Amino acid sequence: MTTKRDFGFGYALLGGSLGLFATTGIAAAAEQITFVSQGGAYQQAQTIAILDPSAKKLGITINQDSIPDAWPAIKTQVGSGKPIWDVVDTPTGYCLRGGEQGLIEKLDFSKIPNAAAMPEAYRNPYSVSYEFYSSVLAFSQKTFPKDAPNSWVDFWDVKKFPGRRALRNHPIATLEAALMADGVAPDKLYPLDVDRAFKKLEEIKPHITVWWTSGAQSAQLLNDGEVDMEMAWNGRVSAVAKEGAKVAFTYNQGILQSTSLCILKGAPNLETAVKFLNEAVDPVHQANLPLNIDYGPGNPKAFDTGVIKPERAAQLPSEPANAAKQALMSYAWWSSPAGEAAEKRWASFMQK
Amino acid sequence: MLALVSPALLVILALIVLPVGWLAWQSIYHDGFTLENYRRVFTEDIYWRSFALTFEISLAVTLIALLLGYPVAYLANALPKGWSILILSLVVLPFWTSVLVRAYAWLALLQRTGVINQLLRYLDVISEPLPLVHNTFGTVVATVHILLPFMVLPLYATMQKIPGDLMQAGASLGASPSLTFVRVFLPLSLPGVLAGCTMVFVLCLGFYITPELLGGGRTVMVSMLVSRNVELYNQFGAASAVAVVLLASVLLIFAAVSRFISLDRILGQK
Repeated sequence: MTTKRDFGFGYALLGGSLGLFATTGIAAAAEQITFVSQGGAYQQAQTIAILDPSAKKLGITINQDSIPDAWPAIKTQVGSGKPIWDVVDTPTGYCLRGGEQGLIEKLDFSKIPNAAAMPEAYRNPYSVSYEFYSSVLAFSQKTFPKDAPNSWVDFWDVKKFPGRRALRNHPIATLEAALMADGVAPDKLYPLDVDRAFKKLEEIKPHITVWWTSGAQSAQLLNDGEVDMEMAWNGRVSAVAKEGAKVAFTYNQGILQSTSLCILKGAPNLETAVKFLNEAVDPVHQANLPLNIDYGPGNPKAFDTGVIKPERAAQLPSEPANAAKQALMSYAWWSSPAGEAAEKRWASFMQK
Repeated sequence: MLALVSPALLVILALIVLPVGWLAWQSIYHDGFTLENYRRVFTEDIYWRSFALTFEISLAVTLIALLLGYPVAYLANALPKGWSILILSLVVLPFWTSVLVRAYAWLALLQRTGVINQLLRYLDVISEPLPLVHNTFGTVVATVHILLPFMVLPLYATMQKIPGDLMQAGASLGASPSLTFVRVFLPLSLPGVLAGCTMVFVLCLGFYITPELLGGGRTVMVSMLVSRNVELYNQFGAASAVAVVLLASVLLIFAAVSRFISLDRILGQK
């Protein structure tokens, strides 16, 4: 996502070459921040729904950057002592882990009333939920025209639901699915029983054709009929369905995950960053996000604004009725020592 | 001469030597000297398995590339100029396509609903699709395709320098064509074989995108551990230790090979 940045650059050039426009001088003096997300259609949707309206309302300039995986860059920038970025949209686990390692600013929620009003499960000392997605059970409607698999128990049942399967090559959400397949209730998952989860995964391992690593790959597998069912992110499945492939998914026992906004330690525009963070989780801006992309708002109050029509809300992962069917991921557990140990154990599980 | 090469040397120093050195430094220094990152690489069995698999795959790819590449280079060398240019351009042509695109192209060919399986099923050769991809087999096939030019070009260069008179001399002394090939041509082409094999083997050791996309998650090569370790240990040292061990094995291979053939020859200088 560079359009916005390129525009900004273009204006700067224009201003620089003419050098006379008083407005340019004012714009340069105005408050600004650098905001970083993951690019693509997702960042474009945010620009329309959240970033441009926030910039207008606060009278600030939001410079955008994008990176698929912000974590190494956060480490390097803060490590150098002179970070360039202010606010980063990144998986909640990294905000927490970064906070514990002194890479992320601790938030003062008295200055962020919109976040303070959110349920406690939707925020932590270092970050605020920005948007929700879900790791769901997706399936081919060609293979399962009726009686489709509807839970992780079904996914594990290779007799009743024969077919090729794929899971993500990553422990996060996969261990949760394994435990639900073993009968653990979605709201009783944490702390995860890691031994039990890996034992259950050994059971399904011979039946897994592909362990996918990127969202694009999971979409391709489903689209080409390489697998009959898989764990995938809801937005990827609906994108494939929109292209005309006969695929569907269920939110039942989905694992509700989020990315969050956090501020780099020693961010160059700390005060403006805090103001922006509050504005970004404003219920109305948040309600506009799902009108532009298949992700749910990070602030549940967005559903009370009337902006999201009921039919649309029913498709979103964080809509209260959908959320109730799912497990809410505990990033606090995953960034705890037990969670980190589980993550390290994954590689030896895969290679055995 | 020095004035001419110094810009290139400076670029190499700034863009390769310094960053690599800095990463290597991080693998032993993190809030004080530590060998923890290396202890992990040498004691945890996931690393051993990954290194073993990486060497196995590289060996298989090298042998297959040699078997496929030698006849191609031989033909390009034996045929008239026009034909050899055509053959060599066909070898080099895929080289201009991105590795990522070629990986996806192989997916389209090899997967369950892919061209090969569809065709075999249509011809009633098989009743169930063959598992051609999402495993080590698919990884090896695509890697051979990508690395084949690195085998063919050094072979061709070496064969070009074998004087044709030697073959005629062999024939005039009564040797059959196959005997002249085995006794005269083959031994003279061995430096090219060694050069091509070294190039392919060493390049294959560092492959990342191909096994990532075509290995189905099970084929974990060393480069994938490097990227995984950045994520897992939250510090570059853990990842660079893996990279340093890989780099050291590459240097050892070069050192071993250079006992038999000068490095200039592998790198196409002579």
